[in-house]
Amino acid sequence: MNSILEIRGVRKAFGGVVANNNVSLSVSPGKIIGLIGPNGSGKTTLFNSIVGYHPIDEGSIKFDGHEISQLRVVKIARLGLLRTFQQTRIYGKMTCMQNMIVSAPYSDAGWNLIFRRISPADTRKAEDLLKFVGLHGKRLLRAGDLSFGQQKLLEFAMALMHEPKMLLLDEPTAGINPTLIKGLMNRLLRVNRDFGITLLVIEHNMRVIMNLAEYIYCLAHGELLAEGRPEVIQNDRRVIDAYLGAH
Amino acid sequence: MNPTIVRALLYGGFVVLALVAPMIASDFLTQLAFLWVMIVFALTWDILGGQMGYNSFGNIVFFGVGMYACAVIQRDAGLSYYPGLFVGMGVGAALAVAVAALLGSGILGLRGHYFAIGTLGLGIAAGELAGAWSYIGAGSGMVPPLYPGRVGGRETFFYYLCFAVAVAAFPVLRWLYAGRFGLAINAIRDDEDKAEAMGIATTRYKTAAWCISAFFLGLIGAAVGNLIGFIDPRDVAFAGPTFGVWMVLMAILGGKGTLWGPVIGAVIFHVTQELFWTYLLGWQRVALGFLIVLIVVFFPLGIFGWARERWPERFGHRVEEPPAPPQAETGK
Repeated sequence: MNSILEIRGVRKAFGGVVANNNVSLSVSPGKIIGLIGPNGSGKTTLFNSIVGYHPIDEGSIKFDGHEISQLRVVKIARLGLLRTFQQTRIYGKMTCMQNMIVSAPYSDAGWNLIFRRISPADTRKAEDLLKFVGLHGKRLLRAGDLSFGQQKLLEFAMALMHEPKMLLLDEPTAGINPTLIKGLMNRLLRVNRDFGITLLVIEHNMRVIMNLAEYIYCLAHGELLAEGRPEVIQNDRRVIDAYLGAH
Repeated sequence: MNPTIVRALLYGGFVVLALVAPMIASDFLTQLAFLWVMIVFALTWDILGGQMGYNSFGNIVFFGVGMYACAVIQRDAGLSYYPGLFVGMGVGAALAVAVAALLGSGILGLRGHYFAIGTLGLGIAAGELAGAWSYIGAGSGMVPPLYPGRVGGRETFFYYLCFAVAVAAFPVLRWLYAGRFGLAINAIRDDEDKAEAMGIATTRYKTAAWCISAFFLGLIGAAVGNLIGFIDPRDVAFAGPTFGVWMVLMAILGGKGTLWGPVIGAVIFHVTQELFWTYLLGWQRVALGFLIVLIVVFFPLGIFGWARERWPERFGHRVEEPPAPPQAETGK
């Protein structure tokens, strides 16, 4: 059982609506894993459960050997498990550089630490990562003035600034110009290969996810419908039916 | 000229002007002392209201707590005037910080409008409590001890005391905003959920921000109690409808979330207000209300905020390189 993320029998209901039921999946370190499913199938709910946004009703979530299903968002982020949002979230009135620097993985544990100065090393790292996503020229602009696609890239760079062990990406290509998608995919692959960050990716763009992920889980109606390698998932009758609305 | 030298000259000129003001305008000493008080009000309100996005209407509580605590020390500690005053100021500031930490642990969990309404309740409740508690004089208030120096010396002394508090607050805030603290509270303002998701200990920053605000308000409250010479629970100490609202307005007028905005806002507001009092006596409240409406309608971003929208490059928000050959990543 050599997995960085291990989810066993997770259930989450909102009143009478069961958003996740008996979902189990596991992610090995260093892999890129896909999570697909029709709208409303509970993908984002599962992400929220993993990062501690809300408590789960049943089941267990283990990250890097720690049971995290009882931990809060901040603690889980500190362990090195970070997520990006479907509706991109950046700090709109701060400059890109400030967005990056505030994302550095500081410990805020001591009262003295929250007043610390900004180190030149962090400034350099922030600039390098902005170069990596191609936003270096706009680093002094306010993040809210960037286009939606650029904000997504910034959010991605902010997540990298935090040096996570694993990233949960909620629809990284949604709303991005098709010509930019290829560049983004290359970056995701490089992040995985060069920085060794494990990725769990929610994606609706089948071409993207089939090329990116080594293994794919498919949710439907809150339950795990199918899992397997991309070529297996692509030809799975149940998956095709779920997307086309056969049940 | 070198911007550092320009800045040094600017700050230096400002301080010199402030130091000699009592000699050249000795008739207006109390008003000038209140100018510094207003600047402290606006600066401390802006920590939460501007930089952190938490609109507090309850900061007046810390002002009142500092004022009463100092007066109690001066009355009961048996110290002579100056030691009593300074110990009282210290105790007032410490107590204000303690109250902020205590209230903050509960009320800083509220967001947006709920926080604003919750803090509004705090200010009113504090006034009512002080007005009913006989240990601190209840409804008849408290009178701090008489200033022992020569007649007229009191105003000069408290002018410099208020000036000292304002001059201490400004560089401290400047230093805080330039570090991780400033970035983190800005992040909380822009998207608190995101900040949490990125591992920022938001509760800790929020509480610290309110405590810093309370510290300077406690100090200035202690000084103002002695400057006015009479502490009324509702009209002086916990004066929500006047001081409590003004601190919000001054910060908004100058520009929320900027370092100089609150200072400029406080100066303009205070001078305008004094002019109303002098030239529109009888109508001064109406004119002040009218001014408030004008500020909110025409300067919702404040003077600095408006300037930043108008000339973003002047504030450093510019694209560094010319858009190079259309690159897949940066092009839009």
